[in-house]
Amino acid sequence: MHEKKAEIAIITGNQAAANAARLGRVQVVAAYPITPQSSVVETLSKFIEEGELAAEFVTVESEHSALAVCIAASTVGARVFTATSANGLAYMCEQIHWAAGSRLPIVMGCANRAMAAPWSVLNDQQDSMSQRDAGWIQIYCRNNQEIMDTFIQAFKIAETVHVPVMVCYDGYILSHTVMPVEVPRQEDVDAFLPPYQPHLTLDPADPKNINPVTLADPRLNHEGKLCHGYMEHRFLHQEALLQSTETIIAVGQEYAERFGRDWGGLYWGYQLEDAEVIVMAAGSLASEATVAVDALRADGIRAGVLGLRVYRPFPKRELVAAVAQARLVVVVDKSLSYGNEGPICGDLKAALFGRDRAPALHGYVAGLGGRDVKARQLAETVRNSMARLDEGMLLSDTQWIDCRI
Amino acid sequence: MGTRDCKHEASISSPCIGEAGDTGHWRTVRPVLDRSKCLAVKANKPICFQCWAYCPEGVIKKQIGCEIDLTYCKGCGICAEVCPADAITMEPETGEQDR
Amino acid sequence: MAIKILDLPEQEYMLPGNRACAGCSLGIAFRHILKALDGNCIFTVPASCLTVLGGMYPTSSVTVPWMNVVFPSTAAAASGLVAGLKVLGKEHITVVAMAGDGGTADIGIQALSGAAERNANFLYICYDNEAYMNTGTQRSGSTPMGAKTTTTPALGKRQHSKDVPKIIEAHGVPYIATASPSYPADLYDKVRKAIGIHGTRYMHINAPCPSGWQFPPKDTVKFGRQAIETGIFALYEIQDGVFRLTGRSKRLAQTGQLTPVRDYIVPQGRFKGIAEETIEEVQRWVNARWAAYVRRDAEAA
Repeated sequence: MHEKKAEIAIITGNQAAANAARLGRVQVVAAYPITPQSSVVETLSKFIEEGELAAEFVTVESEHSALAVCIAASTVGARVFTATSANGLAYMCEQIHWAAGSRLPIVMGCANRAMAAPWSVLNDQQDSMSQRDAGWIQIYCRNNQEIMDTFIQAFKIAETVHVPVMVCYDGYILSHTVMPVEVPRQEDVDAFLPPYQPHLTLDPADPKNINPVTLADPRLNHEGKLCHGYMEHRFLHQEALLQSTETIIAVGQEYAERFGRDWGGLYWGYQLEDAEVIVMAAGSLASEATVAVDALRADGIRAGVLGLRVYRPFPKRELVAAVAQARLVVVVDKSLSYGNEGPICGDLKAALFGRDRAPALHGYVAGLGGRDVKARQLAETVRNSMARLDEGMLLSDTQWIDCRI
Repeated sequence: MGTRDCKHEASISSPCIGEAGDTGHWRTVRPVLDRSKCLAVKANKPICFQCWAYCPEGVIKKQIGCEIDLTYCKGCGICAEVCPADAITMEPETGEQDR
Repeated sequence: MAIKILDLPEQEYMLPGNRACAGCSLGIAFRHILKALDGNCIFTVPASCLTVLGGMYPTSSVTVPWMNVVFPSTAAAASGLVAGLKVLGKEHITVVAMAGDGGTADIGIQALSGAAERNANFLYICYDNEAYMNTGTQRSGSTPMGAKTTTTPALGKRQHSKDVPKIIEAHGVPYIATASPSYPADLYDKVRKAIGIHGTRYMHINAPCPSGWQFPPKDTVKFGRQAIETGIFALYEIQDGVFRLTGRSKRLAQTGQLTPVRDYIVPQGRFKGIAEETIEEVQRWVNARWAAYVRRDAEAA
């Protein structure tokens, strides 16, 4: 335990992200402003120019270049950081794939915002969800303290498993809202997070060519050793991603021991243990759902929240176990895999397929383009699904919460 | 046999000659040096070396009487073109091993 | 003191038996660029012919460290290498971004402009074979007027090429140079000079391409020389804003006689069927640009 209490700051989610990068002693920052991420970039610029953070800030001319800078600096051995939202994330899309395939430990913040067209600067999770297949670890935060703590953990996770980590938090709802946040002390973060030890090399003394064309089939190197084809590289990437749950949990536990805050690892529960009906969501929406659950419990409904923290890798085994004894899971997605259903709902449904004990599942879409989602609407949603279940109705249709068409 | 023993996490290549194999097989003509015309041979001094400088492949040695590595020479013919003494001629590639 | 071909260093950093076409001018240029860098470099290379020359996993054809990057990002990746090397205390290593004309004039121009505006401390080299040669000769912003490519197959390109050095000059960078593999000593000297300058340095290298321009591989050096004799390509430097012609172009300016562009255009397969009016327009364009070069060079004297 600490003798001296760490400082409590009343800060926004963006400021929490920027402070976490500062405490993580990032060495190269490259970011392009986009609402609602801009104050991350601005805060970091201030830290660097005022000497609080000894890092190079590259004022790039686009998000695609921001991630280009991070990829290069990370390859050469520096700890890097960037952040973006929505169209900025989409602009760097090919780089997101490149970073993952390169197995670089890049940490990137995504202040979740709706994708255009049409234009919206407000919150939903379509941006990060649409990048879910690229091979990054994705963690969703429910409040500003979790943002601070998760970014610090993210550096350690990424540098251990060699998979980049996207830390997602709701734009405006968290990015711009002030909350009390305990800011860890630098020396405590240093003890938790050692300097980056790169696993790639760009050194004239040992010249290598990184990420050239890789053929479909394995190929012999000049020493006669059989080296991977493209598919084997991807197999290893998937393997690392699936195995990263161990590291994510371990890092979270170590952080909890040192800093006194445990965010639950892969998911967190609120009144989950004896829940008959579970509301599942990611980010601040899950936090809002706890208010709905309190109201439902007051009415005698054994409701609970399953807050999804790690979306990629999708923690199938853990989630299946967590929902097994419930009667119904109401999944509320703040995004949509157009042409199909909400991404979290779809993934959970697939995980439950073929299981002996599986609850009923009902998927909802909510909060697109910044449409406010109130706790009472979530409570109503639960009641709606339960009623339909009681009447023996199918729950296979995705319903939209508060769509006013 | 699988590739698990290949410890690479990402595609990382190491340098080697003949990355594309024996590119000498690409040739339809091969360079032949007439030493009696070569300026460096005639003067017995390290002079000229135009062929060495202009070879796109770097298979010509920077030495008196240049030596062309026919395992990798692609037969482009630039050396013959740039030689100020016309000491190199491009002759049909017969596929024989003599050099 | 200008180096002579005879005195160019012997050590090779580009290994033979690579995938470049027979007679590729990039091969000539790249050998001498690497000699000038003498191994103390890290390259970043986008999708391009050079990517292929570099080899396929797990074998490479160069003994310098090299990171491949996505097409638009060469100059941004170089900026990232510079930033990373700086924080790691390795600024003595020269960062080199080397891209083709597509990756420079077209898809790569945004990142290049951003880096140049920041005066990021690296050497950017564009080898210009005047089309997207790696993907099969589609037209680029650098393709000259009248040239047939797979995307200008019947009418030939209807615009003049984009003057990238001029665009870079507008960014106020400390050093810009053009060079040719047909004059390797001049090329070598310019790379050596560039290494010693801090900030964004830009080099534009003429890269005749037997496959794409449709001429026999043996004529690569000849066409490179002819490009200069006709004034279609000029050898110059712009250092701290001062323009100077160099080498053969300087001598041409002094003796005053350019070869007609027709002599360069007609023998190349890519210009087959070019209209007379187009040749005349190219001649006019070259004359106007050459006159401007000669004027600027005289001002520096």
